[in-house]
Amino acid sequence: MAITREEVLHVARLARLALSDDEAGRLGGQLSAILDYVKQLDRLDTRDVVPTSHAVEMGTPMRDDVVEPFGDREALLANAPDRHNDCFRVPRIIED
Amino acid sequence: MANVPVHEWTLLEAARKVREKEISSRELTGALLARIGALDPKVRAYITVLPEAAAAQAAECDEEQAKGVLRGPFHGVPIGLKDIFCTRGVRTTCGSRILHHFNPPYDAFVTEKVLGAGAVLLGKHNMDEFAMGSSTETSFFGPTRNPWDLSRIPGGSSGGTAAAVAAGMCFAGVGTDTGGSIRQPASLCGVVGVKPTYGRVSRYGMIAFASSLDQGGPIARTVADAAALLGVIAGYDRRDSTCVDMPVPDYLAAAERSVKGFRVGLPKEYFEGEGLSPEVRAAVEKALKALTDQGAVVVEVSLPHTSFALSTYYLIAPAEASSNLARYDGVRYGHRAEGVSGLIEMMSRTRAEGFGDEVKRRVMIGTYALSAGYYDAFYGKAQKVRTLIRDDFNKAFESADVLLTPTAPTPAFRLGEKTGDPLTMYLSDIYTIPCNLAGIPGISVPCGFSADGLPIGAQLLSNSFREETLFTAAGAVERALPLRRVAPLEG
Repeated sequence: MAITREEVLHVARLARLALSDDEAGRLGGQLSAILDYVKQLDRLDTRDVVPTSHAVEMGTPMRDDVVEPFGDREALLANAPDRHNDCFRVPRIIED
Repeated sequence: MANVPVHEWTLLEAARKVREKEISSRELTGALLARIGALDPKVRAYITVLPEAAAAQAAECDEEQAKGVLRGPFHGVPIGLKDIFCTRGVRTTCGSRILHHFNPPYDAFVTEKVLGAGAVLLGKHNMDEFAMGSSTETSFFGPTRNPWDLSRIPGGSSGGTAAAVAAGMCFAGVGTDTGGSIRQPASLCGVVGVKPTYGRVSRYGMIAFASSLDQGGPIARTVADAAALLGVIAGYDRRDSTCVDMPVPDYLAAAERSVKGFRVGLPKEYFEGEGLSPEVRAAVEKALKALTDQGAVVVEVSLPHTSFALSTYYLIAPAEASSNLARYDGVRYGHRAEGVSGLIEMMSRTRAEGFGDEVKRRVMIGTYALSAGYYDAFYGKAQKVRTLIRDDFNKAFESADVLLTPTAPTPAFRLGEKTGDPLTMYLSDIYTIPCNLAGIPGISVPCGFSADGLPIGAQLLSNSFREETLFTAAGAVERALPLRRVAPLEG
């Protein structure tokens, strides 16, 4: 199953990955090969099979809704690529 | 025993000698730091070494011990952690450029546990980027070498941890296993690696790859060392909602029990494939003989959906990864691209610069498999086949207590041998992946060497939360096949 260049670029946009022309070409071929391989799953009839999303069956555990402040605010902010006082600074969000 | 060099002591021996004041933590830590200094320029098992912090921690341990205070079972004993476990104030990269200056503001559960047990942290081990790989070759920091043959890979993704343990550059370490990332490098480096049951070890502070498959576990040179370390890192943690609240058994005692009467299942599908090297098969047969000589009985079992496991994994793991890795957007931490005009461009360029080829490939597969119109055909289908694979194991464990298989189809391959073809690389995890899909525990224990002197491991699998069975069986293999565990490397 061949993945077209348009599809590669569409998926890359969804994944927020800026690909070079070279990468887009290479990934297209590799993705096609991998998807061809995994197509073997179609040989199995799974109409009556319940999907497994987690290996260990357990319900969603509940806890009290209690606020727990994180002690080291400065350590969090120290990792910011660009910081303005106690804020993370980002480039403009609304584009022309 | 007097002449065994310090770096070849087991974790438990080192802990006992510190406890009984035969050696100080400072001497012990100094000896291993010296070995890292001499060997790691060749092996490159560490991304970050912490000589000052480790020496300071060792000095504290010695002072406390002088006052009669012991932190825990590993008081003063130096270990290492895969660079996927957050360490407060110590750079944690996950093998990626995107995190190469990241300083976590908190410790992972596993970090808390090993430090709480008194261990001294020597440093952070190299790994495939975001644990995506089987050779450590996808690390942003360059590959680790196999200590048994420096022209070969150590396996992956926890290759740095396995290599450091095999080279005597730490007494033990903790890795993570999503599709074989503890067991495969343990096998290729001639050491013991354990993938616990999903939910046995908290994932809090362990950087996420595929959340329904990821599990942390020990890598050590003996079964008893691995058992003792799992005893320390297992347990309930409310910060991981999938962590199971069950008592932690005495794994160390299990490692010494007898296998008499154990039913050892040989899943025929694991021995039929053409990719299995004859040397690996012969070594695994020796492990089987070791078990039957000690009173275990053999049963034939079948896991009919084995040949579908790789496909299932390569849809589920990338799908979960594409979602987990969405957080690396250059806003709050990590790398950010320069010279961009808007937010979307900033994120897309940050991720393009920050991620390597394998991570991009998996993010792309995962995004595709989850995207509109393809979800049911790919991700949904894979989740259903996952059920079939798990049912196979449930059925097998009705007639067997433990399953014996090869860990990896071949001994360690050469650097660069498989980097050109992703699918060939993925096949090195063919025997380890089904265990993660089913959530069951597995262990790799050394069972021989190839003609070229490369280590070979046998994999044992048991039903969920039956790690004791694994330690009993692996202990029996180890006692019958005493093999060299520290690679013959000189600085």
